[in-house]
Amino acid sequence: MDITIQLIVFLPLVAAIIAGLGGRIIGKTASKVVTTGALLVGAALSWPIFFDFLSGNAQPMVIDVAEWIKSGDLDVTWALRVDALTAVMLVVVTTVSSLVHLYSWGYMEEDPSQPRFFAYLSLFSFAMLMLVTADTLVQMFFGWEGVGLASYLLIGFWYHKPSANAAALKAFVVNRVGDFGFSLGIFGTFLVFGTVSIPVILEAAPSMAGSTIGFAGMRVDTMTLLCLLLFVGAMGKSAQLGLHTWLPDAMEGPTPVSALIHAATMVTAGVFMVCRLSPMFEVSPDALMVVTYVGAATAIFAATVGTVQNDIKRVIAYSTCSQLGYMFFAAGVGAYGAAMFHLFTHAFFKALLFLGAGSVIHAMHHEQDMRFYGALRKEIPLTFWAMVAGTLAITGVGIWGFGFAGFWSKDAILESAFAAGSVHGTIAFWIGAFAALLTSFYSWRLIFLTFFGKARWVGSEHIQHALHGHHDTPDEEHGDSSHSKATPPEGTAGYHPHESPWTILVPLALLSLGAIAAGQLFHDYFVEAEHAPEFWRGSVAFSEHLAHAMHEVPMWVRYTPLAVMLIGLAIAYRNYIAKPDAPAAFVAMFPSVHRFLMHKWYFDELYDLIFIRPAMWLGNLLWKRGDEGTIDRFGPHGAAFAVGVGNKVTARLQSGYVYSYALVMMLGLIAAASWVFWWAS
Amino acid sequence: MISLTHYLTVAAILFTIGVLGIFLNRRNIILMLMAIELILLAVNINLVAFSAFLGDLTGQVFAMFVLTVAAAEAAIGLAILVIFFRRRGSIAVDDADRMRG
Repeated sequence: MDITIQLIVFLPLVAAIIAGLGGRIIGKTASKVVTTGALLVGAALSWPIFFDFLSGNAQPMVIDVAEWIKSGDLDVTWALRVDALTAVMLVVVTTVSSLVHLYSWGYMEEDPSQPRFFAYLSLFSFAMLMLVTADTLVQMFFGWEGVGLASYLLIGFWYHKPSANAAALKAFVVNRVGDFGFSLGIFGTFLVFGTVSIPVILEAAPSMAGSTIGFAGMRVDTMTLLCLLLFVGAMGKSAQLGLHTWLPDAMEGPTPVSALIHAATMVTAGVFMVCRLSPMFEVSPDALMVVTYVGAATAIFAATVGTVQNDIKRVIAYSTCSQLGYMFFAAGVGAYGAAMFHLFTHAFFKALLFLGAGSVIHAMHHEQDMRFYGALRKEIPLTFWAMVAGTLAITGVGIWGFGFAGFWSKDAILESAFAAGSVHGTIAFWIGAFAALLTSFYSWRLIFLTFFGKARWVGSEHIQHALHGHHDTPDEEHGDSSHSKATPPEGTAGYHPHESPWTILVPLALLSLGAIAAGQLFHDYFVEAEHAPEFWRGSVAFSEHLAHAMHEVPMWVRYTPLAVMLIGLAIAYRNYIAKPDAPAAFVAMFPSVHRFLMHKWYFDELYDLIFIRPAMWLGNLLWKRGDEGTIDRFGPHGAAFAVGVGNKVTARLQSGYVYSYALVMMLGLIAAASWVFWWAS
Repeated sequence: MISLTHYLTVAAILFTIGVLGIFLNRRNIILMLMAIELILLAVNINLVAFSAFLGDLTGQVFAMFVLTVAAAEAAIGLAILVIFFRRRGSIAVDDADRMRG
């Protein structure tokens, strides 16, 4: 297994280097083959490891790769840690990443810089794999920053779009806030435990319970402080309430990137970190309470905003944000197995939804506004069914013993939140149940607006552009017009969306399988009291007590998710199929609610007021007054000006006549002689 | 009796004539060269006068060196002058201001 895990982690790096540095030499097809091949090999090697852990054949192990930092007490080695938790993440990362690589063959076909794109994707996969196999906090931080870098590069991949650059910067800067917390957490952990090795820290954590440490002039509980600092890092990376503002904007990146990084893998790194350090968090009930509340608040916040978004990708982005909230409050109530389970199933169905949305966008000539969709069911049936599978999974459709992926994981989360019995657990349950209603509503709204109803394509600029703009470009293959028809159907403007190529459809099909079956197949191993402890083997702090309590929740708790799903579906059906005028009437009735949601609870405006304006003001002051007004004026500019003026004066003395020079020399000589004669000595 | 003062006075007069020749002469570079020769001669007279009065031969040896250098300098100066005249068609001092700043 030594060499296997090294191949899984380092092949993407090699592929990224080859495609990134040699892309011009070997050409785009070779770059695509190398990177996709590396990830496919990784996925093929990861699944056996995962199954070994499922069947209980594999032992957790640590493989040393190289020495990294050795300085005083600090001893960091590159080591790849493989246990059940890592195995789950390996499967998620390599599978989704390889499918996204394959998908990008079709989606990015017309892009001029494909080697760069594939190199970034592979670089991201390497960094993510480094993160999930980390044996020390420092190595995890390396992967953490690596995925942040790749995310920045990929959000800003279309660097000629100002909005993409702005979004990339925003993602990077907001993540810095989280990373600052994370690095403080690592420093604090080293200070307290004298090591950054994760197993050693987790073993020593319980003995630190009740101790206090000085922080910012106060005495605070050591473990609570450390856990909260680390959690700030998780909040940044996983876009939790407060540090979530970058995630919706990150949708400026190409859609495969949204699917891989901003839905399935990178944003779940925070959840992974909390689960990896779960024995540490278990020591601090206060920190867990904060995790629960932040998770629940994010779940409800993002779900409410998701209900009013018009951009198809933004709906799914807020949905991701909301589902990450679920994972966090599951972790917060101690159900780490359920959190990881939701992470696992969510990776499949959310990647599926994003890639499906990408397929719709591809068919609709880069139009992303759902108001200009409609009636696409018959035009792109395969994409439609894939999206329906994803929606059935995310809304948690299922009944006893059979259900789509989200049914199993979301039920597990809600039941454990209720079963936890604590106040914050119960609050999280109710918030989660309401968020599930909204999830169902906005997910079905997306389906109804996109695939049902009347075609509203005529209003789209992109479609008009496709029809009248460039007919003989390669763009034509995913949708073209037929002016030969006498009267095209109303609202279509004569545009015909085409189903996507097989490179797009194959990943959709495979992810659909995952969205349908992943919950059913793996539920017992992740959360059930009989199998889960053997599966996790201590890699997360699995609570058997909580797992048993989940079975004893009242019947109505069990049926709540199903009920709210149906209510959400019914509201969406009524508003978008039965009575298409209803949403407008609702908006007219409660304009302030609508405005509040459209402005995303005014978070961006608030941050603009609190942070950006003062920072801009201070920056302007230092720039105009401090730099230009003082330093430049009296420093470089002043000196240059003085030299210029001095030059003009002295240039007059340089007449070019020898006799005037001689006169000056003479006068100087007389002056010097006079000085020596009368004053010196 | 001719004293040291007389020699020095003559030298000073020659020196002053030379210096004024450089400053006041605007017409002719040859005059300027001659003025320089005058200055050198004034220096030579000083050297020889002091040498004789102090009984030290070094001053006279030095005067011989100055004469040699002055001859070489005059030769080079005249050569430059010839070339200058060929290029500019004039040896007026006022015209020679190409080095003006």
